[in-house]
Amino acid sequence: MFDWLEHLTDWLVFRVFGMEPGNRLAEAVHFFIYDSVKILLLLMVVVFLMGIVNSYFPVEKVRNYLSRKNLYGFEYLVASLFGVVTPFCSCSSVPLFIGFVRGGIPLGVTFAFLVTSPLVNEVAIGLFVGLFGLRVTLIYVASGILLGTISGMILSRMKLDRFLTPWVKEILAKAEREGERAAQLHLPLPKRIPQIWADVVRILKGVVPYVLVGLAIGGFMHGYIPEGYLEAYLGQKSLLAVPVATLLAVPMYANASGILPVVQVLVSKGVSLGTAIAFMMGVVGLSLPEGMLLKKVMTLKLIGIFFGVVAFCIICSGYLFNMIL
Amino acid sequence: MKHVKILGTGCPKCKRTYAVVESAVQQIGQEVRLEKVEDIMEIMQYDIISTPAVVVDEVVEIKGRIPSESEMIKLLRS
Repeated sequence: MFDWLEHLTDWLVFRVFGMEPGNRLAEAVHFFIYDSVKILLLLMVVVFLMGIVNSYFPVEKVRNYLSRKNLYGFEYLVASLFGVVTPFCSCSSVPLFIGFVRGGIPLGVTFAFLVTSPLVNEVAIGLFVGLFGLRVTLIYVASGILLGTISGMILSRMKLDRFLTPWVKEILAKAEREGERAAQLHLPLPKRIPQIWADVVRILKGVVPYVLVGLAIGGFMHGYIPEGYLEAYLGQKSLLAVPVATLLAVPMYANASGILPVVQVLVSKGVSLGTAIAFMMGVVGLSLPEGMLLKKVMTLKLIGIFFGVVAFCIICSGYLFNMIL
Repeated sequence: MKHVKILGTGCPKCKRTYAVVESAVQQIGQEVRLEKVEDIMEIMQYDIISTPAVVVDEVVEIKGRIPSESEMIKLLRS
């Protein structure tokens, strides 16, 4: 699909810049140019497509649906799936949490949504397709959905209501299920496009600088670290690699778009994919600043339990991937 | 005089929204009372689940996204 780009980059680096093929700097420059163009194109396409999907599933509709329907045990999975199509902004997590609780949606189901929504978002998917290809992307998305579902189920067993802050308990006591809402005004797709496109531009502007820095670092490592160098430390045989990678990932917030390109290079140098995926899930899905925002609605203990359960599930999936991939 | 509230807990999107509303207000040249609401309890009274949101005379007009300037001007003129 990207042969044309490969040729174009070859021409640019080896002919126009006059660099020697095989030279380290040449390889680094080639990697940087080829990957940045490819990833930016893919990011644009994915963010745009996800924007269209999201425009038909605004979060208000999602809440109304989850609150209204009895899903016979499938509500965790459904909430998690909705988490995929709704873009997530960590600053919205508190109003979202309250809104869900107020609508009578059980805590565990709310958590299922809260786990998957940041984990499987449009930027992460776009970067994954560009860096790792479709197969790994599908694995990542599927495990993100499962992770939200399972974490939500585990958390619902723990009777966590008592760890909410007092004012949220009050809201919980008054929670009621919603009725069918009046149908919202139906806009045809062409009329939705300008708004969706504006979002694409805004999102790309926000992540592109990080991606480019990440790719520059990645390009450098690509040219200078020998293949297989990290195999000994972070390959499949190292048992500690998965938990260590997950824990390292938690403090790295907001730079997910810069970190993913570096991780891709690490994988090509011998880090096993399960470890890398666990690390990336930690980066994208668990962030300390988000945890701190949640303090308004949860006690620290509950935030700790929430992060603990999700981290545990991430570590398990890391091991699982190391075994099967 | 119209009373416009921008609801948001201080995230970058909320700040952008405030800037858009501010510049829309300047362009129409009417006096508008602008208010930033950052307190989560107060925000929740408007029953929204995604921020930023723009409230014009106590009606939630925009939620979960940054409005465009022309959209804001239209809202302020209506």
